[in-house]
Amino acid sequence: MQHQNRLRPFFENITFDRDDNEMILNFGPQHPSAHGQLRLMLHLQQEMITKAHPDIGYLHRGMEKMAENMIYNEFMPTTDRMDYIASSSNNYGFALAVEKLIGLEVPRRAKVIRMLLLEINRLMSHLFWLATTALDIGAMTVFLFAFREREYLMDLIEDYCGARLTHSAIRIGGVPLDIPDNFIADLRKFLDKLPENIKDYEDLLDTNRIWRMRMEDVGVISKEMALSWGCTGPMLRASGVAWDIRKEEPYELYSEVEFKVPVSDKGDNFARYRIYMEEMRQSVHILYQVADMYEATIANNQTELMAHAPKYISAPKLDIMTQNYSLMQHFVLVTQGMRPPVGEVYIPTESPKGELGYYINSQGGPYPYRLKLRAPSFWHTGILTDLLPGHYIPDVVSIIGTTNIVFGEVDR
Amino acid sequence: MRAYTPKDDVQAKAYYTDRFYVAPQVPKQDVSSDEVFATDLEAIKAKFEVLDAYIQVEQMVVIINAKDNYGVLELLRDELEYTQLSELSAIDWIAKSGEFEVFYQMLSMGKRKRVRIKCFVAKDEAINSVEKLFRSADWSEREMYDMFGLHVNNHPFLKRILMPYDWEGHPLLKTYPLEGDEFAAWYEVDKIYGKEARDIIGPEIRDTARVDRYDSERFARLGHEVPKGTKITGNEPKTPLAYQEEGGVFMIDRFDEEKSVIITDRDR
Repeated sequence: MQHQNRLRPFFENITFDRDDNEMILNFGPQHPSAHGQLRLMLHLQQEMITKAHPDIGYLHRGMEKMAENMIYNEFMPTTDRMDYIASSSNNYGFALAVEKLIGLEVPRRAKVIRMLLLEINRLMSHLFWLATTALDIGAMTVFLFAFREREYLMDLIEDYCGARLTHSAIRIGGVPLDIPDNFIADLRKFLDKLPENIKDYEDLLDTNRIWRMRMEDVGVISKEMALSWGCTGPMLRASGVAWDIRKEEPYELYSEVEFKVPVSDKGDNFARYRIYMEEMRQSVHILYQVADMYEATIANNQTELMAHAPKYISAPKLDIMTQNYSLMQHFVLVTQGMRPPVGEVYIPTESPKGELGYYINSQGGPYPYRLKLRAPSFWHTGILTDLLPGHYIPDVVSIIGTTNIVFGEVDR
Repeated sequence: MRAYTPKDDVQAKAYYTDRFYVAPQVPKQDVSSDEVFATDLEAIKAKFEVLDAYIQVEQMVVIINAKDNYGVLELLRDELEYTQLSELSAIDWIAKSGEFEVFYQMLSMGKRKRVRIKCFVAKDEAINSVEKLFRSADWSEREMYDMFGLHVNNHPFLKRILMPYDWEGHPLLKTYPLEGDEFAAWYEVDKIYGKEARDIIGPEIRDTARVDRYDSERFARLGHEVPKGTKITGNEPKTPLAYQEEGGVFMIDRFDEEKSVIITDRDR
């Protein structure tokens, strides 16, 4: 059935042994250390890369197109599939953007629960990053340790929403449910132990000769380059720019919690590794404070979980089941969808990978007219074009590792 | 009279909208209400023509002429501290006015402010690349070209980025259907097996909810389990639906509470 010569790679006119001894190496799209479907075409002089050409799109699902054909609430589970390592962060970014568009204030307890979820997601994402990057470099033990801790966090999330990877745990206007009874106790128990675990990882890595050789002075991103390439999150902070959206443009309750923003001016792989480790410690610090905040909401009897806005948000279940008008509203909102006002917003949030922004252009209809997903990994992949030349083949793996790219959000 | 629906927009539409429904607006503030934005706008106005400017949801929106895009972004970067181009993309207004709207989302870390620069480009015109100013525009402009077919002048490598290199059509245009067009339906068949295999294989089905009960090649059938390849167009053999719990299932034990251990607390 298959015809000869029907399916040809499109670089067919490139010869693989040319006079100038340049070789072109095709890396991916199914390379285990490419962290997804990344294809790199590397021009090599001996072992040194002279030109890199990242090729993406192998996971493109057209989420922006899907969003234009869905009501706002319908799109929420799709956002899970962007950065699937920390899916609540994506849910949150979308919910926040729509809330700003509508002009909605979320109840206090919902905010606290969202903060809990966001920081747990950050820890999950950073632990996953550490595990996979260490595995790429060859540190199997760290991989197993970090995955063990991540497992406990996934258990916590599972206790909350029933899902472990694609949470959809945040709704436009609040959160769907309150946290279960022993959640805070379990979380505290985990947080008490995590700093020791982080210490363990550092003991394994910080003085490890191989780790330092592969990380130090490899993949140096200057401040100018990071800014020009639109780098955000740990990628930017490792290059000497103290910019954390949680701190600088606080959303939710980040203005009420105390935490530090780690910065390094080295810009190399090792700096990024240090930033991730320090951010985990800061997340632990934030989570303790948020756990206290949750208990304060119980003491103050702040039980509301969803905002009250009958035009946009369904009433609580009790009202829907007992009151006719709430049921009618709910029916219209489910079948036709909410209609936000005419206007546009761009709302950035600090996801574990960097600045996750949602640009929504609403024309007053139940479907967004245009929704642009600004995913940090897109540019963190693009920067490989300029970052890889001058490095050697083994460095490719460690550099891709520390850029922390997730192809769900690169290709969207 | 029945409301006119543009034929060149095939996206999902609200199936019912009240005749007298007037959509509310997200409030816009005057730029003079914010000092930092007001001075920035003055600086832009001194050199370039500004068609409109306002503040919406704490961000300034400035609408300029498309030919000024490079100049305005250069001014923003070099003189007004907007050091990062966060995002850049287009909006398809072809059905309404035959134009694309291009927006540049700028961030100033020093001032903690965000500005959106917008301009309108006619359908067949091109826009200047800002890749020389911000490297991030390299990939963004490629994505914009890929998704909208909007050409970018002076771009170093204007190739498709998300779609395959030999794709036809631009997916984010409003004229492009969600389930893909004719080309998309035959793309893989043509490429792997050749056009002559179209009759044997058939077009790609992109409706994920589609269930064909007469299809015995795929697993999804409604209510009838038949062996693969069975001709079921005549009288199909019926398989009654059964609940597995009743009477038990071969090889599957039921959950026995007596024999099971429930872990109440894992050692975290």
